[in-house]
Amino acid sequence: MTGDAAIKISGLKKRYGATMALKGIDLAVAPKELFSFLGPNGAGKSTTIRIVTGLTRMTSGSVFLNGYDIEREPTEAKRQFGVVQQQINLDQELSVWENLDIHAHLYGLSKRERKERILELLVLMDMEDRAQSLVKHLSGGLKRRVMFARALLHRPSILFLDEPTSGLDAAIRRRIWGIIKEIQQMGTTIFLTTHHIEEAEFLSDRVAFLDEGRIVAIDTPESLKSGIGEWAVDRVKYGRLVTSYFKDRQEALAYKEEGGFTLRKVNLEDAFLQMTGKKVRR
Amino acid sequence: MIQGAIAIYKREMLILKRRFLRHAAGQAISPLLYLVTFGYAMGSQIKFNGISYLEFLVPGLVAMSSMTQAFSIATDINIARFYWRIFDEFLSAPISNMAYVTGEVLAGMTRAILGIFIILTLGLAFGVNPLGPWEFWAGILLNSFLFASLAVALAMIVKNHADQALLNSFVITPMAFLSGTFFPVEKLPGWIHYILYLVPLTHAAKVIRASLLGRPVNHLSLLYLLLAGTVCFWLALSSVEKARD
Repeated sequence: MTGDAAIKISGLKKRYGATMALKGIDLAVAPKELFSFLGPNGAGKSTTIRIVTGLTRMTSGSVFLNGYDIEREPTEAKRQFGVVQQQINLDQELSVWENLDIHAHLYGLSKRERKERILELLVLMDMEDRAQSLVKHLSGGLKRRVMFARALLHRPSILFLDEPTSGLDAAIRRRIWGIIKEIQQMGTTIFLTTHHIEEAEFLSDRVAFLDEGRIVAIDTPESLKSGIGEWAVDRVKYGRLVTSYFKDRQEALAYKEEGGFTLRKVNLEDAFLQMTGKKVRR
Repeated sequence: MIQGAIAIYKREMLILKRRFLRHAAGQAISPLLYLVTFGYAMGSQIKFNGISYLEFLVPGLVAMSSMTQAFSIATDINIARFYWRIFDEFLSAPISNMAYVTGEVLAGMTRAILGIFIILTLGLAFGVNPLGPWEFWAGILLNSFLFASLAVALAMIVKNHADQALLNSFVITPMAFLSGTFFPVEKLPGWIHYILYLVPLTHAAKVIRASLLGRPVNHLSLLYLLLAGTVCFWLALSSVEKARD
């Protein structure tokens, strides 16, 4: 056991052949915090989640979950978290109840605990009437909710969410955000990876910008944005979209009237672009 | 350890239950065709050492089926790993490699036993006594343990579905045809004969055939199956780590 952080990652590197996917990640997530990893596809978000959840071996570094080392104390470390992977990984031929029951077995819940907990989570996910439905008959949004229920069955204090709203429409995405907020309010530490700007802004206590396997900034969404101003004006120059940033709204408005076409609030995408020269959504 | 193994085994059994009719029909069709073609039609005029070819064939089919059915767990592991990604769920759960391998091997053995019952029932319909002494069941259990363990080991090492299909073509199919299932291995030239004695299925076929026909069983063959099965189980245990990328 070490430290007070729920998640502590130090010097984490991962090499795939000649490619260095992670070039030294250092971060600590406090208990009950909702921490987001924001970055474009290929930045190393999923690789990080796969390493901290024991699916992929690290090249070097260390990962502690509630003080347990994922490499040296894997069984105890794995009891600390639940995970919702980016891809749907449910048994399609089994029912919702059967999927949840198998997971509860894996974590050693008693028969009574299994039943109580599954019912409780089906209510939380608003899916009581779908318990006996085969997973293959569920919509993408419902499958995601089953994955959330499964990740929470053994009452983990840490929840890893790898692009949890990937491929979902806006309405279902908002429903999932509500569920994530509810889970955080229950006292769970949440580590989220996403490339949705609004998702990171809406949900996160702190955000890390990840680019090419490196963290380029970590702070609250407000602080990350405030560094570049409060207002943004988009203009087209020589066929390219150019964005200018302003602290003052009047100044921004005047600039817009000179030929800009959008006046808007600065968002995390702007902050990411300023720091890396790249967009999160490419 | 036990809870984890139960979870893995229970999952495989739930899937088997869902597909039971399809699975049982699939298990019955090949042995039925072999019995009708080789045993009943072509084999009615052939005798080996005073027994009909049908009596020779049924124990061979039992041995072959215990191998192929136990090994078929590899395909389902492969689907769970590369297609449904369920395997990630097991890797991130607090269960040992021993629990995972034990659950999958037991599931493979259960499939094999189910396949054997189907063949024995078919054998009975063709007039062959399906019940043997303890060595008969020991041969089946050890053979299915061995090939279920080998299946788990190879399913962890392969990188995609195509590799799995290649293994079936180059490992399982030759063994099925050459290891004393359809003809006595002694009929082949001497040097091949010695190579085939290294193949576990040859020993399984000999034990199962001798015990079904009421002839003396070479217990060294059972010991060989046990040792080879233990090696395969150990290989399976160590290969789970390799499945983490």
